[in-house]
This record gives sequence, structure tokens and C-alpha cells, in this order.
Amino acid sequence: MIQARNRYFDRAPARIAIAAVIFALASGCATTNGDSRDPFEAFNRTMYGFNQAVDEAVLKPVAGAYKSTLPEIVQSGVRNFFSNIADIFISANNLLQGKVFDAANDGMRFAINTTIGGLGLLDWASEMGLEKHNEDFGQTFGRWGIGDGPYIVWPIFGPSTARDSLGQVIDVWVDPVRTHRSGTPRTAMYLTRLVGKRADLLDASRILEEAALDKYVFERDAYLQRRRNLIYDGNPPRDSARNTPSEGGVAVVSASVRANGEVQNADRR
Amino acid sequence: MLTAGRSLLAAGFAWFLFTGSAGAQEAAPDVMVKNVTLEVIDIIGKDKDIQSGNQRKVVELVEAKVLPHFNFTAMTRLAVATNWEKSTADQKKQLTEEFKTLLVRTYSSALSTYRDQKFDFRPLRAKPTDTDVTVHVKIAQGGREPVSLEYDMEKSPAGWKVYDVRVGGVSLVANYRTEFANEIRASGIDGLIKGLAAKNRAPTQRAERK
Repeated sequence: MIQARNRYFDRAPARIAIAAVIFALASGCATTNGDSRDPFEAFNRTMYGFNQAVDEAVLKPVAGAYKSTLPEIVQSGVRNFFSNIADIFISANNLLQGKVFDAANDGMRFAINTTIGGLGLLDWASEMGLEKHNEDFGQTFGRWGIGDGPYIVWPIFGPSTARDSLGQVIDVWVDPVRTHRSGTPRTAMYLTRLVGKRADLLDASRILEEAALDKYVFERDAYLQRRRNLIYDGNPPRDSARNTPSEGGVAVVSASVRANGEVQNADRR
Repeated sequence: MLTAGRSLLAAGFAWFLFTGSAGAQEAAPDVMVKNVTLEVIDIIGKDKDIQSGNQRKVVELVEAKVLPHFNFTAMTRLAVATNWEKSTADQKKQLTEEFKTLLVRTYSSALSTYRDQKFDFRPLRAKPTDTDVTVHVKIAQGGREPVSLEYDMEKSPAGWKVYDVRVGGVSLVANYRTEFANEIRASGIDGLIKGLAAKNRAPTQRAERK
């Protein structure tokens, strides 16, 4: 047990993460905007900056090389392989949320892709109309009625919330890569999965840089909106915050409708 | 560092483009989204300059096919929220212009990432008398979870206009709202206008890096 734990903490990412947390706690306050969803903003911004630096220095260049050198068929094989093993716990989470048909869909996906999809290298299930789902333990807890809790940016792991952090611990704990492999093969698989995921996000991160005035805020709000949408499987209740500010936004919308006529002229100019 | 939201946002920015086309204004909103999406994909598919990364041509495409169907004043108004009523007419105009430029730049950049994803245009669930509808589109990408795109549209005398786009459930307007509020709190409405203008004038974020 102790041996296992030592091995776990002896990995460089864990050491870097711990060092980063200590650094952030020691570095004190930065400017914050008093957002109630983000009480640890100073800490989170420091973590965010740390993650960005690691990304720029290591992960992004490696992912760029991966994307530009490996043939697309290899990249899609890697993507599909890890997507396939993830379907096991996507199915389990759907079951925990009472979505029996979705759980069956995911189980079928795993069965098909593992067999005729060549151990998951090909995604035949999608071709056959079995849609890929997005589930994890954080979403299951959300479905059970647990709120987000404070927003937290973890070193290396990135954006999360208190609830999603708890979910992520379980996600990592049950991860087939962790439970079925050990030593070098496991590390190699972790790294391949990480680089593959980052490579898939290269375009996205470039666009994010173009879109955001304050990348930290932009990414945080996108994360929180996205998680809410996922918990409700794409159909969150249409509350007042959907596209209108909580501070009397309805009036703003209807005013904008009325202004539409003049708007056209302005926009066409 | 790695969020699904980020990739969805990016993919969605690309499809954000595919709305609106002059001449289709009488069409039902879902039909309009479909026609314009297919038209724009077709143009990209045939244009070798765009495929090899000609940003200028992409911007021209966006301006010709997409801009007419967005209500940028409404989008800006929703993003600026309560501060909108505190702005002067001139500030409103500048905010709208700068926000529009930022969005167009972003779309144009996103459009260059288009490969050959498949679109699934969902039938509109709305009454014929509705004046505020949401058009749903799903984008299939092999081996990955489909990306959902939702266009919030309002009927106006000049046809249906998009006033918000949700990509994988992330509303663009809502996402800019906090950023804008922070900037206004720190340096006022003129500060936000300056911030947007500076961002728009920068060659690209990437070029500023070492």
C-alpha cells in the first residue's frame, strides 16, 4: 500500500502540481472581481497562469508535432481507442442517472467497437447510429442535485468545480488505464491520451485566444455554462439567465426586438 | 487546461458563420439556417484560396453571407446588459461596431478549421405565430460526441435575425457578459470600447507572443 502510494506521488506531474499549489498559496492576493461563483479567483488565476505556461512550454509544442507528423488514421485510432474504453463508465454513469436506454446504447457501442471496431480503433458504432455520449461522475452528482460549489482551477487538470473535482477523483480512480496497466505502459498510455486530446484542441485554443478579452474569465464562464448543459443533456431549464442578464434582462431583450428596424440600417452600412 | 468546452466552443464558432443570406429572408428560420449553411460549405469546398488559408477571402464571405442575418446591436446590448442603458448613443454605436469586428474576426478564423463534418438540421419546434425561436443543428464528427449548435432568432420586419448562438450549450452572449461587466467596472464604458478596439487592431494574439 505504502509502496503504491510512493510510486503514485513519485511521478513528475504530481510533484509539479503540488509545487504549484504551494506557490499559489504563498503568492497571496491578485485582483479579483468578487464573483460569487469564484471565491478563490486569486488562487485560480495563479493556477491558470501556471497551466498556460506548462502548456506553452511543453504540451502545445508536443501536440503540434503529433498533429503535423502522424497520419490522420493513427490520430483517429488513438482518439477512438481511448474514447472506446471511456464508454464503459459513460454507460455506468448513464445507468446511475436512471437513463437505461442511453446506458444500453453506450454498452452496445463498447461491444461493437471492441469487436468489429478492432479493439476500439475504429468507431463503427457511430456509423451505425449509436451516438457517442458525454458523461462522468461530476455530471452524475449534478443530476442527483449536488450544486457546482466554488470554481477551482487545478494544476495540470485545469478547470473544475468542487462537485466536479469529487467526480474527477472517481473518474481517475476507475479509469481502465489506471486499473489495468502499471508502470511504463500505463505512463505511456496516459501521455498518449493527453497529447492526443491536446492535439484535438489546437484549433480551439487558437480561436479562444482570438475571441477572449480575458481568457481566464472566458474559459471559466464557458466551463460553467458547458457543465450545466451537460448535466441536463443539452436541455437545461430555460431560466431567466439563458440569454438575458439576471438584472432585468427581459426588458433588454424586448427593447432589442423593438429596435430591430433601425438596427438593420446600422448593420448594413 | 483541457476542457471539452473549449473544443466545442471552437467548433461552434466555425458553424456560427453558417447563418443568414440575403434573399432568404422570407424563409422559415430553420430553412434559412440550413440553406445558408449548405451554401457557405459549398463555397468553402470549391474555393482553393480559402482552403489554403486566405483570411481576407473568408472575411469577405462572412460579410456577404452571414452579417445580414445577425442582429449585432441586440447581441451587444445583451452582452453589455445593464450598462447598455447607461451608455450614450455614440458609445452604443462604437460598442456594437467593435464587438461586431471581434466576432467577425473570430468566425473567420474558426471557418478556416472547417473539414468535412456532417450537419444534421433538426426540424423547428415552434408555432407559426412565434416570433422568438431556437433553431437546432447537430454537427457529427467521427468518433466524437456531436456538437450541438443552437441559434436564438427573433422575427423582425427585415426577416429573422440571430441574437445569440449556443455552442454545446455555451451562449456566446452570456460568455461575454462577465468580461464586459468586469472591464466596465474597472475602466468604464469607454475603457471597454478601448479594450475591444485594441484587441481588434492587434495582428493576432499569437503574433504578439515571443
